[in-house]
Amino acid sequence: MTKKMKPKSQLRVLFGLTFKQRYAKIGAALVGVVIAVAAFGPLFAPHTFDEFIDAPNAGRSDQLLLGADYLGRDVWTRFLCGGRSIIGLSFTSTILGVGLGLFIGLFAASAKPRTDSLIMRINDILLAFPQIVFVLLVVSGFGTSILLIAVTVGFTHAPRTARIIRAAAAEVMERDFIKAAIAVGEKRHRIIISELLPNVTSPLLVEFGLRMTYSIGLVAAVSFLGLGLQPPAADWGLMINENRGSMTVQPWAVLTPIFAIAVFTIGINFITDSFAKVAIGIDRKGKE
Amino acid sequence: MKKIRDFFNQGGLVIFVFGRILAGIPIVIALSLLVFLATQALPGDAAVAYLANTATPERLEAIRQQLHLNDPIWLQYFNWAKDALRFDFGTTLTGETEVTTILADRIKNTLILMGASGIIAIPLSIVIGVYAAVRRGKLFDNVTSLFTLILAALPEFVVAIFTVFLLATNVFQIFPAVAFVDPGTLAWAHPNVLVLPALTLILAVTPYVSRIMRGSMIEVMESEYIQMARLKGLSERTVIVRHALPNAIAPTIQVIALQLAWLAGGVVVVEAVFAYPGIGTVMIDSVKGRDLPIVQAITLMIATLYVVLNILADIGTILSTPRLRTKYARKNDTSDVFAAMDGDE
Repeated sequence: MTKKMKPKSQLRVLFGLTFKQRYAKIGAALVGVVIAVAAFGPLFAPHTFDEFIDAPNAGRSDQLLLGADYLGRDVWTRFLCGGRSIIGLSFTSTILGVGLGLFIGLFAASAKPRTDSLIMRINDILLAFPQIVFVLLVVSGFGTSILLIAVTVGFTHAPRTARIIRAAAAEVMERDFIKAAIAVGEKRHRIIISELLPNVTSPLLVEFGLRMTYSIGLVAAVSFLGLGLQPPAADWGLMINENRGSMTVQPWAVLTPIFAIAVFTIGINFITDSFAKVAIGIDRKGKE
Repeated sequence: MKKIRDFFNQGGLVIFVFGRILAGIPIVIALSLLVFLATQALPGDAAVAYLANTATPERLEAIRQQLHLNDPIWLQYFNWAKDALRFDFGTTLTGETEVTTILADRIKNTLILMGASGIIAIPLSIVIGVYAAVRRGKLFDNVTSLFTLILAALPEFVVAIFTVFLLATNVFQIFPAVAFVDPGTLAWAHPNVLVLPALTLILAVTPYVSRIMRGSMIEVMESEYIQMARLKGLSERTVIVRHALPNAIAPTIQVIALQLAWLAGGVVVVEAVFAYPGIGTVMIDSVKGRDLPIVQAITLMIATLYVVLNILADIGTILSTPRLRTKYARKNDTSDVFAAMDGDE
């Protein structure tokens, strides 16, 4: 009886296959570099992030690796200090959103057909709001706060993840070992945790990678629009916003954070895509 | 007999289409409730939030009057929704102008931008997808799949700023970095300002549609009827254009609709980068100024657009898939009777 797959060994095989691919290796290197910069960058910062050290928009020199920003603060220092907030916030919102979506998806798939379709109807309604629009709507009502933005971005992921997970779990529900488990009177939460969950890990991980890239885009966009972290904080999104006006004279203050965000999202996408090809064997369905 | 059956089959299709449109109505009502609940009905007081430090008891009272905050919550919603049905979203908190007056030209500008992007992006991604599928594993396929993978990862404002760097300010100075449109005129009077925002949106949408198109095309090209068409001795061109393409497009329609709906959200950030005078920039300004009536109106419009596009996609999918077309057409009983009488199936 093939009652349970062993999730750990199966995942290990999938990861092994994933990281045999060239793009996955490149992706891991890119992500690793950016995380290292964000995590350890502040330790190597030559100045403090809000210290005025030169004329506004001063060019590159021996003391200033990347010049000064629009207020005369060290761009290199602000770059080294500006990654923690964006990566931390995106990670938090991804965990929250994918976690909530996973719960809703598994709950719906294992519920009675009527409850299932009711949950998914409500879910479909939430999908009508583009993520950034919903985040802006909530910010306009509640005001800007970092925690609120992380939670709201996560909340907008949930219905999207829920739909993917429900579809995957609904397929698993049709399989014999679930019918057997129901027949022997296994409790629902037991079925969800020990039967359904291990069998949706692949789509779940793909979803996590995908949601992580969108989180970064959203969190950075909110800061970029001036509604996220507030000055004088060092944050890649905010840096882009602040120095955009003087991009012609001092492009580094905009290009470095842009480049870091791009490298990070591309790296995650490389890994996610390689994993998806190995684990599910399909291309995903599009940006929502 | 066949003619009569066709007539009723069409009837079934019309019923399906109307049913699908009717089903959209409760969804839009639910959307309006959500928009309202997420803003006005918050535990905080919208008037306090709006006035912030400048709040005096008199001004607070005036704003509360304007937003009808003193009414019970269900009455507030009812009045708001009733007016929204007539495209009357009240007056703004700042200038006390009609929200609709402010939005009229902006909506047109946004639709021009979305339209320009969609009209280029969708045929372009279909061509790329089909060509990549035909040249599967060859250079073109490998290069486009790398580029689409990269572009799909990039947040749209990153792409937007990069296009500014490349084409407007630092490297080349070909197109304006700021989309200035004379008040009173629409964006298409200044095609120059449309280029960079549209380019950004095209770069954001094309990867997704072309990837789906490629996948769908590969699946079709491996099917038996394509082998059959080849065996008949048709030219490869005819096989691709006449036999494979129409069948590969149907599964792509849903994704195209999804991307067009996504454009409505993506446009907000892209407009902000270029200060393009559409609903996106108004939305950002209003969020900063806590001008609730405008934010509510724009959010509701964008969400409604999503519902409309989804309905169109469902109808489009059915019309472009013969199998589904007959399935839904048969939904009314009479045609089954006719089918039984004909003795087919």
